[in-house]
Amino acid sequence: MTSVDTERSITVTVNGVPREATLPVRRLLSDALRHDLGLTGTHVGCEHGVCGACTVLVDGQPMRSCLVLAVQVDGASVTTVEGLARDDHQGGQVLHPVQETFRECHALQCGFCTPGFLVTIAAGLEARDKAAEITEEEVDEIVGGNLCRCTGYANIKKAVRHAAAAMRPTGADHTGHFGGGDGAW
Amino acid sequence: MKPAPFRYADPGSLDEALDVLVAEGAGAKVLAGGQSLIPLLSMRLAAPATLVDINRVPDLDTVEATGDGVRVGALVRHVGLLHDAAAARVQPLLARATANVAHPAIRNRGTTVGSIAHADPSGEMTAVLALTGGSVTVATPSGRSTVGWRDLFVGPLETSVHGPAIVVDAFFPALPPRSGTAFAEISRRKGDYAVCGAGVVVTLSENGTVSAVRASYLSVGLVPEVYDLTDAVNGQAADSADWAAAGELARTLVDPDGDLHASADYRRLLVGVLTERTLAEAAAEAVLRSAA
Repeated sequence: MTSVDTERSITVTVNGVPREATLPVRRLLSDALRHDLGLTGTHVGCEHGVCGACTVLVDGQPMRSCLVLAVQVDGASVTTVEGLARDDHQGGQVLHPVQETFRECHALQCGFCTPGFLVTIAAGLEARDKAAEITEEEVDEIVGGNLCRCTGYANIKKAVRHAAAAMRPTGADHTGHFGGGDGAW
Repeated sequence: MKPAPFRYADPGSLDEALDVLVAEGAGAKVLAGGQSLIPLLSMRLAAPATLVDINRVPDLDTVEATGDGVRVGALVRHVGLLHDAAAARVQPLLARATANVAHPAIRNRGTTVGSIAHADPSGEMTAVLALTGGSVTVATPSGRSTVGWRDLFVGPLETSVHGPAIVVDAFFPALPPRSGTAFAEISRRKGDYAVCGAGVVVTLSENGTVSAVRASYLSVGLVPEVYDLTDAVNGQAADSADWAAAGELARTLVDPDGDLHASADYRRLLVGVLTERTLAEAAAEAVLRSAA
């Protein structure tokens, strides 16, 4: 018989680490990440799916964490902005190319929307043919669901183009500022 | 901006899901992708006593494209339909419309059937179900029934599906021979709710003249409606038909409401513009498909 609950215990792999939490079934994934798991990198903006600030990857796919219940990711794998950088095997971390290009291009001001943009863009760049030069239409499609009230988007779009160039496999013809990416992101 | 407390079940079969719906009674609500429902919960516009999450129910995530049409299961995400080449061949409106549904992050989670069951007159797939003459399959404890689009949509966010029932699939009939389609919308930001949108089907006669023109609109009226615009261009050559006249006819037929985003007059203007634009595109496609 199916159980009908007001509270559930879940196990979720967050940024590669298995985590457990017992929480009310009405808890949004965005709140579970911040309050139950202490990962405050995911920002909560509009809480109704419009702004994109809370975007995380669920089993590799970008989703609005304010539009998913925490109980629905039981058994799934979640990546937040804290999980974008990778281990450099020397005790430190290497930023994701889009994190580097956000810094280079001044693609943020107040930074509130930045985690959602970074996760969304990282997934968008991962899903495309990395050897191909990115088009303006692709850039618009990738960032179109995220709101930024500071930058006017020009530098964010520039950062996307530069990150795409950095992620092109070595050997592909490119003229981007960040050359020689290994395409392994 | 948090959902009111509710009870939650995620049954592993359709029968169990219906059992829970029966046991929980009138306060129970089905949850699929949740991209429309969860905002309503957070804004406290809806406060169901129980959510019955059907994401673990097997066999609901398939798209079946046959010569008759495309059957879309209740757990098919918009992104799945968007990239289904077989479905696009049978009914091109499906990929055209889903490309306009929200943003990639929403399309990854939201379901096509869920958006139909949500019955938002601003929704793309409600209009497409109407325009294609589609239907849904409703499962209840006493069996399954087919509900045509006209009987399904009762009002904004309201369908005729009540009680312990789950919409398990939607069926979109195939595009008829010698026909072409187009879909376009105007929104403040790409992916946002359309201020106005249009889906159209143009069918040609065997001698290449226009024989049928139908259109359905988004954010115009309280429920999806299909408008026959054939009279404005009937018998005209497909490459030189007076599409502006069809747009003019459409403007006289629709009865949009004004709201914060656009006045009724502006919406009526957009209906004319989008109709003229999409019909020319659909006619060009109909010519190509007639030649093929």
